[in-house]
Amino acid sequence: MNGVTQHETRGFAAATRLVAEREIKTFLRAKGFWIGLGVIIIGLFAMSILPGVLGGGQTKVVTVGAQAAEALAGTDLEVRAVADVPAAEALVRSEEVEAAVVPDTTAESSTGVRVIALADPPTDVVAALRTAPPVDLLDPAEVGQGPRQIVIMVFAMVFLLFGMGGTAIAQGTVTEKQTRIVEILVSTIPVRALLAGKIVGHSLLAIGQILVLAVVAPIALRLGGHSELLALVAPALGWYVPFLVLGFVLLAAMWAVAGSVVSRQEDLGSSMGLVMMLVMGPYFGVLFFSDNAIVLTVLSYVPFSSAIAMPVRLFAGQVSLWEPLVALGLLAGTVVLIVLLASRVYSGSLLHTGGKLALAKAWSRKD
Amino acid sequence: MLTVTSVSRSFGDKQVLDGVSFEVRPGRMTGFLGANGSGKTTTMRIVLGVLAAHGGTVAWHGSPMTGAVRQRFGYMPEERGLYPKMGVAEQIGWLGRLHGLDQATAKRNTERLLDQLELGHRAKDKLEELSLGNQQRAQIAAALVHDPVMLILDEPFSGLDPIAVETVLGVLRERAANGVPVLFSSHQLSVVERLCDDVVIISGGKIAVSGARDELRAQYGPARFELVVASDAGWVRDVPGVRVVDVDGPRAVFELDGDAGADQVVLQAALRRGTVRSFTPVVPTLGEIFMEAI
Repeated sequence: MNGVTQHETRGFAAATRLVAEREIKTFLRAKGFWIGLGVIIIGLFAMSILPGVLGGGQTKVVTVGAQAAEALAGTDLEVRAVADVPAAEALVRSEEVEAAVVPDTTAESSTGVRVIALADPPTDVVAALRTAPPVDLLDPAEVGQGPRQIVIMVFAMVFLLFGMGGTAIAQGTVTEKQTRIVEILVSTIPVRALLAGKIVGHSLLAIGQILVLAVVAPIALRLGGHSELLALVAPALGWYVPFLVLGFVLLAAMWAVAGSVVSRQEDLGSSMGLVMMLVMGPYFGVLFFSDNAIVLTVLSYVPFSSAIAMPVRLFAGQVSLWEPLVALGLLAGTVVLIVLLASRVYSGSLLHTGGKLALAKAWSRKD
Repeated sequence: MLTVTSVSRSFGDKQVLDGVSFEVRPGRMTGFLGANGSGKTTTMRIVLGVLAAHGGTVAWHGSPMTGAVRQRFGYMPEERGLYPKMGVAEQIGWLGRLHGLDQATAKRNTERLLDQLELGHRAKDKLEELSLGNQQRAQIAAALVHDPVMLILDEPFSGLDPIAVETVLGVLRERAANGVPVLFSSHQLSVVERLCDDVVIISGGKIAVSGARDELRAQYGPARFELVVASDAGWVRDVPGVRVVDVDGPRAVFELDGDAGADQVVLQAALRRGTVRSFTPVVPTLGEIFMEAI
């Protein structure tokens, strides 16, 4: 017919690639995408650097007499000796130091020293003076409660952010339905290629962001002076990345289905509920049960929540190597299964217009 | 050539298409006519594989339709749609690539088409920033960018102003002249009358009439003539073999009553009586055929 134009038939892979390319380009051009990523990065830096900066360094204390100096030896307070009590008081009044530790002359103090401060009792100085009995731990945890909580929070939060970021897939699908460009797309390429392109495109975007974060997080931790924490986090971070990527693919397929069963943006809320639960559930589950070893172990195998729970367990060092591998395998299997199911529902519902389509109906539609 | 054979389709209990058969020939503009809800869009969707047929076949050059062939079709859906937030040239180029063009060709074709459709100066704008008429032009560019081997356009002229209609028409005619079969639906009979070479009329899910426009006119028009003379034309009533449809002073419209030569008898009689201003066969309009067919 037309001798000028060279056509090549677009196979499944090429069509998928083109759809993915469009999704990625559209996103990279959106301001919201960069703002979102920027906020996460700034947040990471803020969390690791700010406490050190705002804390203002060590508390300054002056001592009078040998007994006071000895009582504070070995603490991380900045200690300076002055000649007498009035000189110490003057320094406290002028707020050059936070507190003064002076000999106790009333015999009220068991430690033999008194603390002089301006307005409030200086808790860290008091804590430093308090004598606690020695403790012997029979099974010491590798990681303290503080860092563990922070890591759980960060892992769960990043999962939540990426999981919810998948709503863009649902919105994109509805936009295609609502503008009816879907008719042109479906008459040109296989429906499955359209779905695959969306999943691949958004997953690549997510992987890109996850890699950026995986590079940025250690830098932030090092700048904040948390090198020991970094050494502990690094292996868990290495596991967290593949878990997060697979978890995202799983959710991406479900977000696409959520978008395909409705015809208008306004109806999207009703179909997104289930997927949102699958994002929020693991988030809250891990946060609430982080101290319950049994529940956390279960969660670390269940697809969806395994993306957070297994890396958290890895971080706490309670796991042998086969465990994350099994969990990752389970997750990968679920991804394959869900993507297959999703592609059928997606095909069945994509050209449906009108109200929300029940999943069972979308499943059985052949056209 | 596109051949649709005995295609049927139901939605639930409602049979929407019933044994629909017609063909779209290369290099011809085929008008697809029908009232609202008669099955035009459903037929087009089935041809494009957007909907499944419950019976019958669609063939391209005699072989069953495949996805690879469909990918080279150009389609303009009735409900227009492109990505609202994507640049005009960018998305038309992308659609060209989706239809199988390489990047350079897609870009070249997009530029050429947008210029042809007088949309070149808006190429970088987002689609949603265009007026509805210009969005329509972009939609047509999207259907044409990959130099389709077959064009299927659902109501391509609705929403266009008369100048835009001419522009779009020029582009479509050029494609048809290159040998591309063009199937377009319309409910505007006058537009179809002017544009199409072939006509397919669908009514209640069945094909009422199909064929070349001129043949249909000849076939559907009972041999009817209009005579205008200088004086009163009432005498035509008395000519044997002639049935008068209307006489209005010097003008008479009549049909032949079986005898094929009777029109010449009337003409000779008129010439004997005096001046003949005009003597023309009356061709039925598509509208008349349409009304008769459905």
